Amino acid sequence: MELMPESVDRRRRQERAGDTDVPAGGALPETALAAVGQHGFGVYVHVPFCASRCGYCDFNTYTPAELGGAQPAGSYVDTVRAELALARRVLAGAPPRRVDTVFVGGGTPTLLPPGDLGRVVEAIDATWGLAPGAEVTTEANPESVDPAALRALRSAGFTRVSLGMQSAAPGVLALLDRRHTPGRAAAAATEAREAGFTHVNLDLIYGTPGETAADFTGSLAAAIAAGVDHVSAYALIVEDGTRLAARMRRGELPYPDDDVAADRYLAAEAALSAAGLSWYEVSNWAAGADGARCRHNMLYWTGGDWWGLGPGAHSHVGGVRWWNVKHPSAYAARLAAGTSPAQAREVLTAAERQVETVLLRLRLAEGLPLSTLDDVGRAGAVRALDTGLLDGAAYAAGRAVLTLRGRLLADSVVRDLLP
Amino acid sequence: MPGSTSPASIRNFCIIAHIDHGKSTLADRMLQLTGVVDARQMRDQYLDRMDIERERGITIKSQAVRMPWQVREGGLAGRQIVLNMIDTPGHVDFTYEVSRSLAACEGAVLLVDAAQGIEAQTLANLYLALENDLHVIPVLNKIDLPAAQPDKYAEELANLVGCAPEDCLRVSGKTGEGVPHLLDEIVRQFPGPTGDSRAPARAMIFDSVYDVYRGVITYVRVIDGRIEARDRIRMMSTGAVHELLELGVISPEPTKAGALGVGEVGYLMTGVKDVRQSRVGDTVTIKGRPAKQALGGYKDPKPMVYSGLYPMDGSEYPDLRDALDRLKLNDAALRYEPETSAALGFGFRCGFLGLLHLEIIRERLEREFGLDLISTAPNVVYRVIMEDGIEHVVTNPSEYPTGKVASVYEPVVRATVLTPNDYVGAVMDLCQGRRGTLLGMDYLSTERVELRYTLPLAEIIYDFFDQLKSRTKGYASLDYEPSGEQEADLVKVDILLHGEPVDAFSAIVHQDKAYNYGVAIAAKLRTLIPRQQFEVPIQAAIGNRVIARETIRAIRKDVLAKCYGGDITRKRKLLEKQKEGKKRMKMVGRVEVPQEAFIAALSSSDSTDTRTAKR
Ligand SMILES: Nc1nc2c(ncn2[C@@H]2O[C@H](COP(=O)(O)OP(=O)(O)OP(=O)(O)O)[C@@H](O)[C@H]2O)c(=O)[nH]1
Ligand SMILES: C[S@@+](CC[C@H](N)C(=O)[O-])C[C@H]1O[C@@H](n2cnc3c(N)ncnc32)[C@H](O)[C@@H]1O
Ligand code: SF4
Ligand SMILES: [Mg+2]
Repeated sequence: MELMPESVDRRRRQERAGDTDVPAGGALPETALAAVGQHGFGVYVHVPFCASRCGYCDFNTYTPAELGGAQPAGSYVDTVRAELALARRVLAGAPPRRVDTVFVGGGTPTLLPPGDLGRVVEAIDATWGLAPGAEVTTEANPESVDPAALRALRSAGFTRVSLGMQSAAPGVLALLDRRHTPGRAAAAATEAREAGFTHVNLDLIYGTPGETAADFTGSLAAAIAAGVDHVSAYALIVEDGTRLAARMRRGELPYPDDDVAADRYLAAEAALSAAGLSWYEVSNWAAGADGARCRHNMLYWTGGDWWGLGPGAHSHVGGVRWWNVKHPSAYAARLAAGTSPAQAREVLTAAERQVETVLLRLRLAEGLPLSTLDDVGRAGAVRALDTGLLDGAAYAAGRAVLTLRGRLLADSVVRDLLP
Repeated sequence: MPGSTSPASIRNFCIIAHIDHGKSTLADRMLQLTGVVDARQMRDQYLDRMDIERERGITIKSQAVRMPWQVREGGLAGRQIVLNMIDTPGHVDFTYEVSRSLAACEGAVLLVDAAQGIEAQTLANLYLALENDLHVIPVLNKIDLPAAQPDKYAEELANLVGCAPEDCLRVSGKTGEGVPHLLDEIVRQFPGPTGDSRAPARAMIFDSVYDVYRGVITYVRVIDGRIEARDRIRMMSTGAVHELLELGVISPEPTKAGALGVGEVGYLMTGVKDVRQSRVGDTVTIKGRPAKQALGGYKDPKPMVYSGLYPMDGSEYPDLRDALDRLKLNDAALRYEPETSAALGFGFRCGFLGLLHLEIIRERLEREFGLDLISTAPNVVYRVIMEDGIEHVVTNPSEYPTGKVASVYEPVVRATVLTPNDYVGAVMDLCQGRRGTLLGMDYLSTERVELRYTLPLAEIIYDFFDQLKSRTKGYASLDYEPSGEQEADLVKVDILLHGEPVDAFSAIVHQDKAYNYGVAIAAKLRTLIPRQQFEVPIQAAIGNRVIARETIRAIRKDVLAKCYGGDITRKRKLLEKQKEGKKRMKMVGRVEVPQEAFIAALSSSDSTDTRTAKR
């Protein structure tokens, strides 16, 4: 892939209204530095490589072919460590007290050897210090791990593994272009537990065209049987520009049906809660009181700070959001030149923060204090209560919490709670 | 020089034709050939100045231009002549513009596309010209086209006009071929204006335009006497006297002059801000030496269809009123009266010449005044006589009286359809289905047939034209003119959304069609209204009798379940987009109804586009 000339790059950057350029060194405004880590501090590490691209996927990830055959393996970790050094400089005036969570995501992080991933965790610890009991997660594709690798990850400091299972039905896995066999994800989860991981997640996708109700209950049963303490279940989204979208546009595949997706969601809720996993975010279920919840994701949803390392990674520190250039070469080039890889940033206004708070918190089982709403939002909350989308008991206790039906209509409730 | 040109050296003419036959393009060549527009300034359809005209590629307003011409050939070779040319619109909605222009001319160039032949507005405009006693020169245009068949159509055209095929001139507005000869023939064949230069001044107002900077600009054609730049003018209908600020000719930009004499066409500026002070059809005279008798005026154009216009945001009602007041200044045909709708709030019931006129006004309101509007499905005017003898004029279906109705009258038109004879059956089927009565049928040539029908206006305003085109592979053309009214068996069909009648959806339809209509509109609304959080029944009813029913099932899922990881920005932007979408919805009771539903519901095709497919 050709890199964009700098001038084009800049023009593109400015197309997003409100987005601004980032100083070469990546320095943050004083206001952002004033409150670093107040609500926790995390580090996200993006690994933008996959063996092949799944037809539905629009993540910032690249196959060897797309990178011209050369996979910058060892050097990739070094580049990420260069960004970490830059992060340390930027936050030097107000370093986070400690790192509560680390999340290595992709792409397919497990395309890198466990030792490489371990070196990243080590570097983060050396930079700001990992908190005792810190949550350290890596995503893993089921076919890309084996017992030895999992053991190596565990001893490298990882505490949690998130596996992209998607489905246990062969037809569905095939349609999603997954590389693993139907039983492989559950087996990998078991191997992870045997390697010493108490926290294991399985990702499921429902509503794939051709998936039957039985396919999905089968997938749920397989995930539950694997004994994991966390399940994420996502309705298939047809993202623009993906192969899947093209096939649907050409009429080769039907579009997902919302009513089917609603049925699947109810099936997920029924099976998972029966198995002792309870929802804590619209698409996430965890065992026990809260020990199994993904603390890193909770940080995203509750206004915490985190630094995102890697191409296309998003960061948030003290009300400033920024995102890195997407292509691995552009990213590496920036760092090699000693400049920030951030492509643009936005400094959130009070109104934008309010929107985000409502948008994110309402999706949580804890919900949102009614006191955070303005008059319009409160009137909307009353309507949502009347129509059975908000829970009565929670409302009486001063919180907006979605009912089961409300979870399925969360976006419209959010719109109603905002001006 | 204006003011001192002898009538014998003046030729006033207009170019008339079926839509798209190339009037404005021919006008371009004349502008160039006579040197009033040089190559550098030239652009296609130079006289289509409004953005909306340029985008749609059609002429909406007539434009008059003064051009000098030195005759090149024939007995008059070398003579210096002043030509006043008026380019006219071709679309049937704007026929009244054509009739006004005709009254300012002695001759008309009747243009016919040499690849299409005669079409409905060719006839209509020819008859208009003959009614106005104009001399007509038949001209075949677009002879450069490979598909042109000038010999064949010269025959047809000659038959129609009553001349020899050789008398039909041949030009190409594109290449300019034949245009100098046409100008020479205009000078030779058309008479110069006649008028009494010593009589008190009388000038006919044939257009009147409001300009933000200069106030009202009045376009006149001097019939008798002369008007000088220092004169005080007087409007004969009202007696109002105005100081002249400026007087001049359009060539093709306004050019100041000292006077306008007999037969000349030009503009007057008085600084008056109100176009009503300068009514089209009125006669201008001079205060110091007024004429006694006014010239015969024009009939005011009558609105053919009505539609409710409502601001999406109720607080913009005053802005809508101001915008309509402003547009009205340049558009004598636009009518509006305040009305209220239970569903839509405060708005205006507006009268238009046709759907294109409606669409253009709506688009201009939205574009030029930044308004966001809902328009209701267009309807015609009904006259309802009650058993107690009281008469109601109904321009809004929801105001259809509920008591004992003795009789209802609906407007009818006299429609002319021109079609190749292969499609006569298809056209007759269509017209029959629309409650038409055949008045007559003529062969204009061995292949081209003219069918004349009386049709209820209500039957042709929505999709008749589309249907006609699709049933004749695009070959038929349509023209119509109002032709009184007829008694009809009509009923009001109401639409209930979630049990509540929605006044903006009511329609008046023929008894025999009410059932089909009810079924169709309920089905259409089901596809147009998005699913809500609750089930929404849609019912069509006549009085208390439900004739059709559909249900919009409740939405069950409206949530993005996928995590975008740390890209919260994307989520927020998505939400903002969703909220924008919500703003395009109108709350009707508890139901969110998209803007388009109010107008789109009625068209049987998927679009309400009345645009004549062009460019
Ligand atoms: N080939 C060719 N095309 C022409 C000629 N004259 C006009 N056209 C094309 O025909 C189309 C219609 O031309 P206009 O000049 O806008 O027609 P009009 O009669 O003014 O149309 P209305 O004002 O909408 O009634 C345009 O695409 C022109 O380019 C011609 O002599 N030859
Ligand atoms: C960052 S991705 C994980 C990447 C990892 N390479 C994998 O595919 O296993 C996290 C999860 O998002 C979900 N996901 C990705 N694309 C999706 C889409 N278009 N619709 C719904 N869920 C999607 C999948 O369940 C995936 O496991
Ligand atoms: S493996 Fe995961 S990140 Fe890679 S292409 Fe497939 S879905 Fe996308
Ligand atoms: Mg034109």
